[in-house]
This record gives sequence, C-alpha cells and structure tokens, in this order.
Amino acid sequence: MKTGRRKSRQELWILRLYIAGQSARSASALRNLEEVCEEHLAGRYKIEVVDLLKQPQLARGDQIVALPTLVRRLPPPMKKIIGDLSNQERLLVGLDLRRGTRRQGGA
Amino acid sequence: MRRTTSTPTLAKTATGILGFDEITGGGLPQGRPTLVCGGPGCGKTLFSLQFLINGANAGERGVFVAFEETEDDLIKNVQSLGYDLRDLLKRKKIAVEYVRVERSEIEETGEYDLEALFIRLDEAIRRVRARRIVIDSVETLFAGLQNQGILRAELRRLFVWLKDRGITAIITGEKGIDTLTRQGLEEYVSDCVIALDHRVSGQISTRRLRIVKYRGTAHGTNEYPFLIDKEGVVVLPITSLQLVHNATNRRISTGLGWLDEMFGGRGYYRASSILISGSAGTAKTTLASQFVDAACLRGERALSFQFEESPSQYLRNMRSTGLRLERWVRSGQLEIHAARPTLYGLEFHLATMHRAVDRFRPSVVVVDPLSAFTGGTLDEVNAMLMRLIDFLKGRNITSLFTHLIPGGPWPAGAIDIGVSSLMDTWIILQNAPPGQNGGRHLSILKSRGMPHSAEERLFELTNRGALAL
Repeated sequence: MKTGRRKSRQELWILRLYIAGQSARSASALRNLEEVCEEHLAGRYKIEVVDLLKQPQLARGDQIVALPTLVRRLPPPMKKIIGDLSNQERLLVGLDLRRGTRRQGGA
Repeated sequence: MRRTTSTPTLAKTATGILGFDEITGGGLPQGRPTLVCGGPGCGKTLFSLQFLINGANAGERGVFVAFEETEDDLIKNVQSLGYDLRDLLKRKKIAVEYVRVERSEIEETGEYDLEALFIRLDEAIRRVRARRIVIDSVETLFAGLQNQGILRAELRRLFVWLKDRGITAIITGEKGIDTLTRQGLEEYVSDCVIALDHRVSGQISTRRLRIVKYRGTAHGTNEYPFLIDKEGVVVLPITSLQLVHNATNRRISTGLGWLDEMFGGRGYYRASSILISGSAGTAKTTLASQFVDAACLRGERALSFQFEESPSQYLRNMRSTGLRLERWVRSGQLEIHAARPTLYGLEFHLATMHRAVDRFRPSVVVVDPLSAFTGGTLDEVNAMLMRLIDFLKGRNITSLFTHLIPGGPWPAGAIDIGVSSLMDTWIILQNAPPGQNGGRHLSILKSRGMPHSAEERLFELTNRGALAL
C-alpha cells in the first residue's frame, strides 16, 4: 500500500478544462480546480484550458457536451466532471483524490 | 436568405420521401424544426436520413447529429437502400456528428450548460454549410446527464437556436407511455409534429404516419400508411374519397367478341371497375387474362397482380388456354406481380400496388383474386378497395378484379361480398350442371350506365380461349 501511494505521488496529472469564453462560470470552475490541485497535487499537475469558442473542433475528440467540463487525461482511466466544480467533495470523488474512495492497488 | 414576417404561405422544404411531400403540400416547414416521434423501430432514423440524403443529392447539405449510432452504423443502415452515405460524407455534402454521453464516465458538480453541444452543432453546420440538420435522438441526453432542470432549459434553447438560424431541422423523439415523446419534446415544437407508428397484429405489420400538427398547412387528420421497402420510407397519399373522376364514354374490349356483344358490342367502359365472381374452376383467371391480352394487342400496358400463382405458373396455365402472355412480358407491356397476400397487411398491399401502378403506368390493372385479401375485417378490406379503385379511376385505368366464391352451387344474388357496390360491372360465372360438357355459365349482374344482356351465356374453355357455345 505504501509503495502504491508513493507511486501515485509521483504521477503526473494532466487535466483539461473545457470552457466557452470568459464567463463567470468558467472562471469559478478554474479557480475551484486550481485550489484543489494545489492542495492535493502540488507540483505534479498540469491544467490545460481549452476555450471552445476559439477551438470548436476540439469538442469532438473528448466528446464534450456540457460546459464547463473537466477531463482527467492522466492518469488513466479518463474521467469527466461537469459543472462549475463548486462542490469540492464531489470534485475530489470525481478525480479519485478522495481518501476512501480512491482505489489503492495492493500489488 | 431573406426573411419576411408576413409570408402568406409557409415555405416548405422537400424531403424527397415518396408521398410525404404530397400529403404535406411540399415537405417540412422551411427553416424550422420538426419533431418526428415514435416507438423503437418505427422508422424515425431512416426517415430523417432520407430527408438529409435526398437534400444533399438535390444540393442542400446537411448535418446528422447521432446520439445513438456511429457513422459506420448509419452508413450500413442506408446501404441496403442504395444510398451511398460514405460518398456523401467524403464529398462533404453531409457531416455526421456523433455525440456520446456515458453516464458512468461523468460526475456532476455545480452549474453547467450544454454550450459545447451548441458549439459542435455550429461547427458541423459551418463545416458543410448545412441547410438541413437531424438530431437523433436528443432525449438520450436525459439518460446521460442528471440535472433534468438544466436539460429542459437547454433543450428549449436548442429549438429556439435552430429556428434563429433558419435551418430546416428534424428532431427525433422516442414515444413515451402516454405522451408523444418521453421527455415531452412536443411542447417545444410549434410548427410541425409527425408521429410514426409500427403495429403488428395477427402477424401482419402495419406502419402509419400521422401529422399531429402542422402550423399554417391544411392537412388531413388521417393516418397515412407507409412502408419501408428497398427504397426506404414511402408514404401513401390516400386521396380523399371524392367522386370527381370524369366519366368517360370510351369503351374497352373484354378480349372476347361474344362477351363484348353482351355489353352492346363494345365491351366495358374505360376507367371503370369490373368484378368477376365465381367458384373454383369457373375460368375467372382466363377471362381476366383475355382482357389483358386484348389490351396488350392494342399496344397498351397491363399490370397484373397474381395472388395465387407464381408468374411462371400463371403464364404456363394461360398457355394451355391459347394465351401467349410471355410475349407481352418480353415486350415490356405486361408486368406480373405475385405475392402471398397473407404475408402482408392490407396497407402494405395498397402501398405496393400504388407504387407499381405509378411506376409502370398501365392502362389496365388486374387483381386476381380479390378474395386473397383476408388481412382485415370486411370493412377494412372494403376501405382498401375503395381507395384502390378511386386511385385507379383517378388515373384513367380500367381495373378488373376476380373474386372466388367458396363452395359449389350457390343461389345467384345471395352473395354480396360488400365490394360489389364499388364495382361498375359485375360478372358472375358458374359451373354448368354435370352433363353439359363441362361448360360454364356467364351472366352480367350489373353494368352501370350501359345496356347489357340479361341472358345467361354458356361458354367452354378450350385451348383457343373461352368460346361461347
């Protein structure tokens, strides 16, 4: 268990946040996300913000329908969390960062 | 496109679906969303695809937003109908936007909207410069996302958005328990709602199309039968029963000199309906075939529906009476359609007959025998026949029906199959009593608008046809 956790500590997290323009909702989603990342993933995360108004063709690849949508691209498996990420608990669950719900590989 | 606020008639966009444009006076409301709804397997997706493909082939490009099927699925679905969707996609006449929403992959936290879906639609529309769009089926979103309140508001916005762009749209919806669609999409659509239905009763399948709502357009409240055949969805425009056919005084030979004599020497009225009744073996088919042969000899075209024999069997049997009908098949003047009526519903038959007639454009049509239509109540059979006769008269076609009377000797006049009132001429055939050389009796029970012989004629079937004795 210890080695598993240490390994996950070293993993690089790539998070992509899909938004459309500079809305209040996009801004608050980004703020909420950064807050959680700083607290739980400090130094090993990367957030890419994709503005679909500028790059509409990118919505197809990740099958984005709702906005904002956060996509955990790494580590696998891919996960999607939609909404302004205002509920931190659910964000942590969605990202698999919450103790207890996180899968911990024994081997 | 210029838009005016006071257009006197609603502009329409042709779907290219046979019959549908006819019953709606031109197709779907141009630049507006139409809801097409129905249960699983009712043909919504096919209907929508045909609307797009026909549009693309006629110069109006389109986008298919697929929530349930992938591009490959769609290509395969229409391949058997002879549509090359792959080619249209390659030539950018049509774009498929496949939208997949998997609930298990999605966590929801806080407020959101469906702006990404709008952006994708917009991008797809621009990519091919679409004038038509199909969204099949947006209700899938309700299974994938949890916040019903947001979904409803966004769907409402979607309909307004489509209307604002002036794009002609079909939105499909799955039938609900007591509602047209599960999510009540009909509330959002004010212009046009079409319901498709697929019923199976007594192993007979019937498809119907109903125009629930069509703003600014007079439409029948009738349900229209439709079928899905090798060319896709075909709707049957059932002409309202109006007796407006111009009665003609022109006559057409029965194919038999002596029978023509019985009708004042000149045969049947052209564009009239003729019924030949008789028990088994009374030469009904032969008489009908002589009529066909005579038409072809005159250089006309004849269409024959044979419901008891295969075409080759029929041709062989007729050869034994001296009728060489093969030559008319070869010359392209005679077309024989054979099918087992019990396999299909009445509507299907009516549909296929309409189509065959419209395609072949015959001057005479034979239905042999009528009694094969058992797929409904007597009323239903009569209604179907009435429509068929109406349709044929409207096209100036002379129609001849045979009818098998079960059993042996019967008192004349005792049997009225209910359709006789639809017929202008009614001929009865009877086997002569034993000892009369196997002859048959023919009598004319009625023939509207002309003097006719009241006598009973004895005739026999020879290898040179039906000869009067």
